[in-house]
Amino acid sequence: MLAGNDLTIRRGAITALQGVSLQLRPGQVFGVLGPNGAGKSTLLAALSGELVPSAGHVVLQGRALADWPDLERARCLAVLPQSSTLNFAFRVADVVAMGRLPHRTGRRADTAIVEAALAAADAQHLAARSYLKLSGGERQRVHLARVLAQLWPGGPGRVLLLDEPTSMLDPAHQHSILQTVRGFAAQGGAAMVILHDLNLAARYCDRILLLKDGRPHAEGVVDEVLRAKPLEAVFGLDVLVQRHPERGHPLIIAR
Amino acid sequence: MGSLVPARLLFVVLALLLLIAIWLSLALGPLNLALGDSLAAAFRLLGAPIERAGLEQAELVLAQIRLPRTLLGCAAGAVLALCGVAMQGLFRNPLADPGLVGVSSGAALGAAVAIVGATFVPGLPLIWEPYLLSAFAFIGGLGVTLLVYRLGRRDGQTHVATMLLSGIALTALAGAVVGLFTYLADDRTLRSLTFWNLGSLNGASYARLWPLLLITIAVAFWLPQRAKALNALLLGESEARHLGFDVERIKRELVVCTALGVGAAVAAAGLIGFVGLVVPHLMRLLVGPDHRLLLPASALAGASLLLLADVAARLVIAPAELPIGIVTALLGAPFFLYLLLRERV
Repeated sequence: MLAGNDLTIRRGAITALQGVSLQLRPGQVFGVLGPNGAGKSTLLAALSGELVPSAGHVVLQGRALADWPDLERARCLAVLPQSSTLNFAFRVADVVAMGRLPHRTGRRADTAIVEAALAAADAQHLAARSYLKLSGGERQRVHLARVLAQLWPGGPGRVLLLDEPTSMLDPAHQHSILQTVRGFAAQGGAAMVILHDLNLAARYCDRILLLKDGRPHAEGVVDEVLRAKPLEAVFGLDVLVQRHPERGHPLIIAR
Repeated sequence: MGSLVPARLLFVVLALLLLIAIWLSLALGPLNLALGDSLAAAFRLLGAPIERAGLEQAELVLAQIRLPRTLLGCAAGAVLALCGVAMQGLFRNPLADPGLVGVSSGAALGAAVAIVGATFVPGLPLIWEPYLLSAFAFIGGLGVTLLVYRLGRRDGQTHVATMLLSGIALTALAGAVVGLFTYLADDRTLRSLTFWNLGSLNGASYARLWPLLLITIAVAFWLPQRAKALNALLLGESEARHLGFDVERIKRELVVCTALGVGAAVAAAGLIGFVGLVVPHLMRLLVGPDHRLLLPASALAGASLLLLADVAARLVIAPAELPIGIVTALLGAPFFLYLLLRERV
């Protein structure tokens, strides 16, 4: 659905990303892992059209991303940033309604969509609150509802990119955000999520890309990639990989 | 979209407030017209067949002095408030104000260059002067807006401290150049220059009114069409881009719009500070930050506030009058300090 082919991004003399290829497929959650400065956010910026690659290209539904008109692109590709700098006292429902700005569905339909998106992000109880009065975790859920509203009703053809959506959240909220992302994929959407927590990646991702110094180190299904050797090579961390006793996915423990 | 006060009620109240402000501005002044007389004369001007003793004088005062002054106040107040909203959206910070970040001083510098420059061009048709002033004030305002924007931004973020400090530096710089002109100026030029620095609606004329009125109408039509884009910009530039907006273009348009509006206001009425800060803040408290309501509410409230400030400026030490910039600064500066302390930027 969204594919990056041999992406290279240079900033002056620095090569932030080199020769990265990936495919986001309907129904899948694609994880991107790597140490700080590995180029994860740069990759996300290239995939969203924010950065123009120096080489390689991004294709959204068979059409080069750069050829998409802004509004049409926004209707099927959304980005959840790591944190937002919104500093104005909007009502939560109004923040979520901004996700409908690229659409012309009318006010009544939008109101219903905002409500449904808030419910999907487990944040409907916040609807009437002021955004500035929310905690970091609540704000993140509001923005998740916003991008869900942007891609509503989800399904095939919709792509969601998430930049470390769990970095500022407590464990319960980390899981609730990623469960919502899984729900989005279950409807046929494609998601890419940058994560720092290996075990969250093991649990919620279908495929994983390991980045190191801007280059792809390993890419494949979770069981292939989350092994001791590639993890040590990328993170410089000696780990023990076990099986989750109930779910069977890899469980990564630092030695 | 929710707001704290029912939006319709607020707009009715704001419209009534503006009508009252217009009436007071037409009626009050060194030569006090009875409130009824001013109303009757206003209707006569509009073509109503009212005959009464002494109305001719009222009509003359109204048509030649009070009416252009009132319209000038309306336009300047509305355009300054609108530009304040635009700047705060552009910088994504509620403390951005054309006066504080130096845009007004840049415009004043442009106007000063025009005034002093005009004395070196003998035979310049007088009718051109207001337009030349507007053009130069626009160029000065545009230059400073671009400069502050470039200085205040790093890695896609606005640094409030840098922005305000560059504003101080640029204000000082513009002030120094205007000061230099003042020092070297002859008497007539000196009067004009002092006028720009303090801001006043005194001496309003139709010639001075037209450029400002045209630009105000253009800004008032154009900005509300960008209300949704401004809302999206508050989320962040990347977020606005991901929502399908051409952010670079909107930013350019906002900068040009602000420079035009502030430039025209400064050219017509001099430096009037804090209107662009106080009015959007008060309106945001009442209608919330949604630009679809905030822009029209700020335009109405800005016009009313400036008219009332002008009435106060005329009455406080009558028959002399205060420059209106002093009145707005006396009200606005403490308000700004209050905001700074509350937000702890």
